[in-house]
Amino acid sequence: MELLLVSVLNGLLYGMLLFMLASGLTLIFSIMGVLNFAHASLYMLGAYFAYEISRRVGFWVALVIAPLLCGLLGALIETYGLRKAHRHGHVAELLFTFGLAFIVEKLVLMVWGPTAVPYRVPPELDFTLFSVYGTHVSAYRGFILLISAAMFAAIWLLLTRTRMGFVIQASLSHPDMVASLGHNVPRVFTTVFAGGAALAGLAGVIGGNYLVTEPAMAFSMGPIVFVVVVFGGLGSLAGCFIASLIMGFVQTFAVVLDISPADLLARLGVAVTPATPLAEVLRVPLPRIGPFLPFLLMVFMLLVRPRGLLGTRDT
Amino acid sequence: MFRCMLAVILVAFGAAARAEDSIRIGLTDPMSGAFAQTGQQNSQQAQYLLDSINSKGGALGRTFELVTYDNKLQPSEALIALQSMVDHNIPFVWSNAGSNVAAALIDGVEKHNARDPDHRVLYFTAGSTAPELTNEKCSFWFFRFVPTTEQFAEMLVRALPPEVKKVYLLNPDYLYGQAMQRDSTKFLAQYRPDVQAAGNELIPVGKVKDFSSYIAKIKASGAQALITGNFGPDLSLLIKAGTEAGLDVSYYTVWAGTGGTPTAIGPAGNSRVFALQAFNDNMADEQGDAALKDLVTRFRATHDYDFDAGSWRAMFELLQAAIQKAGSTDPAKVAQVLEGMTSRDMLGHEWAMRAEDHQVLMPYYVSVFTKDVKYDSEHTGLGWKVIKTYEGKDLALPTTCKMKRPAT
Repeated sequence: MELLLVSVLNGLLYGMLLFMLASGLTLIFSIMGVLNFAHASLYMLGAYFAYEISRRVGFWVALVIAPLLCGLLGALIETYGLRKAHRHGHVAELLFTFGLAFIVEKLVLMVWGPTAVPYRVPPELDFTLFSVYGTHVSAYRGFILLISAAMFAAIWLLLTRTRMGFVIQASLSHPDMVASLGHNVPRVFTTVFAGGAALAGLAGVIGGNYLVTEPAMAFSMGPIVFVVVVFGGLGSLAGCFIASLIMGFVQTFAVVLDISPADLLARLGVAVTPATPLAEVLRVPLPRIGPFLPFLLMVFMLLVRPRGLLGTRDT
Repeated sequence: MFRCMLAVILVAFGAAARAEDSIRIGLTDPMSGAFAQTGQQNSQQAQYLLDSINSKGGALGRTFELVTYDNKLQPSEALIALQSMVDHNIPFVWSNAGSNVAAALIDGVEKHNARDPDHRVLYFTAGSTAPELTNEKCSFWFFRFVPTTEQFAEMLVRALPPEVKKVYLLNPDYLYGQAMQRDSTKFLAQYRPDVQAAGNELIPVGKVKDFSSYIAKIKASGAQALITGNFGPDLSLLIKAGTEAGLDVSYYTVWAGTGGTPTAIGPAGNSRVFALQAFNDNMADEQGDAALKDLVTRFRATHDYDFDAGSWRAMFELLQAAIQKAGSTDPAKVAQVLEGMTSRDMLGHEWAMRAEDHQVLMPYYVSVFTKDVKYDSEHTGLGWKVIKTYEGKDLALPTTCKMKRPAT
């Protein structure tokens, strides 16, 4: 019971952190059709910017400025890079963002060096909020939950309750119609890309000190975010939200549940002996493969429902 | 006029002869790529120590010269580096990172030395810790100046305080981590039968971002101490998640003292995190003589990372003494002398190169990360303080090596 409650909490938190990162990507992916490989790099830059700003003027300034900087960077990338690459098709765009991810990593290595930087949780939030059966839940974790929930609400309202949101939604499904109605579709694209980049930056500000700020953080976070977006379905913020939480819970509970497929089979009355085909694989306990389960789920989803959980289109 | 010319000729000749005559050590480590920092800091620290040894005369009146070769942590690249060293007649080959690199180099050196007996090389490592290298794969031409992972496991187990009755083992899921797990379990049974393993876990390397679920599990197990072979982000994130959740355990780690981890752990790790070390600035300050203190102070003034390779000084001194005693840099002669050779390091502890498997028996330390130190680590305000010292002979483990020595 105790472990269950703590694990639910852990899963929720990790899921929300994933959502912060994935929401920006899913916006960009669904509207522009670009799988932005550099998205996690913007997350990393958000963390490094926040580190630099917070050690000079404090964390709260960084919380505002760092995402804005990332958004600005995103706007520049879209206007001067992606738009040019777009003329040569999706492959060119893909390669462009892929190359960008490497360049950002090298730049970070050159500027901040190869090891972690001491980007820490602000002292105002560095206390224990409450304890669950003796496990402390820090105020900062509560803060992460708060920010990500607020972010979800804000994006949701923006997309469904404002004029700008309607235009964005319409650009997603009928870009030509939106353009002929006199809207500047390229500018919508720039706005969305900048917005997505700012969200990634915000996730970096929050996640950088909760986890570790180091040059490998982009490449280690990239794949799982990609999984969330594909699993949740293209163009669906709600799908992305649900997928994030599922991935958070899957990874958390995979660690806690010390069972293997062989144990499950044993309950069904099938004993796994060394002679059983794939006995080695069946005996691997869940915690050892936990981090790979999201990828397994993604492959499964692509097989049975290529559009994803709540996706609206198949491409 | 004549005298003057003679002097010029002599000086010119002398300079040429000196450059020609330096004793070259070829270091191959990752100098580019993800592990470039390791290689670069290795070579900088080695150069610093060799400069100090050279200033006292080197060996046979010749100075040591370090030549570096990038291997990108790839065995294939390391073999190319070896070929290049052989082409340049470098007699001493050295590598640190990667036991797979070391295994490839042992094979490469064996083959080369058999093929070209007139230009043989001697190979040594101060960083590759897989036990196999001085057991099944042992070679007359290979010397190891670092303990094995098996010894690391033993050191961690023996460092557990008597009040600890429940430990949790957590290791990376590949050859190294599985060996750590196996050996820790073995030494727990041998030294601490009163201790129960409350959990025994392998984790995928570099894949886990959120360690809080592991922390919940460790807490539920009631463990008082955690023994882990994790390194890099897998270690930083584990300790961060644990201190944040208020998990009341001591972390017995192999690698918490290495590049970047102290920074990531920060003040929350105070007196909870333990690491295995061959050297740190504070032990030099507390136990060392004036010369060593001076070496450390100068290092801290000129470098912005920890002087963690300080123990290599004793390794270079052994090599220096072996060359001196052999009266030559011929690898076969030096290897013969090095076998069974002993010396004392600058802290007064004995180093011995065991003849039967060429595994060094050197002192090693368990340190705690604490505010209570003179020199801090990575500007964190906390540093490493020795709580337990192992002498080399305390750590001698049996070997299965059947050394094949050359006929001559």
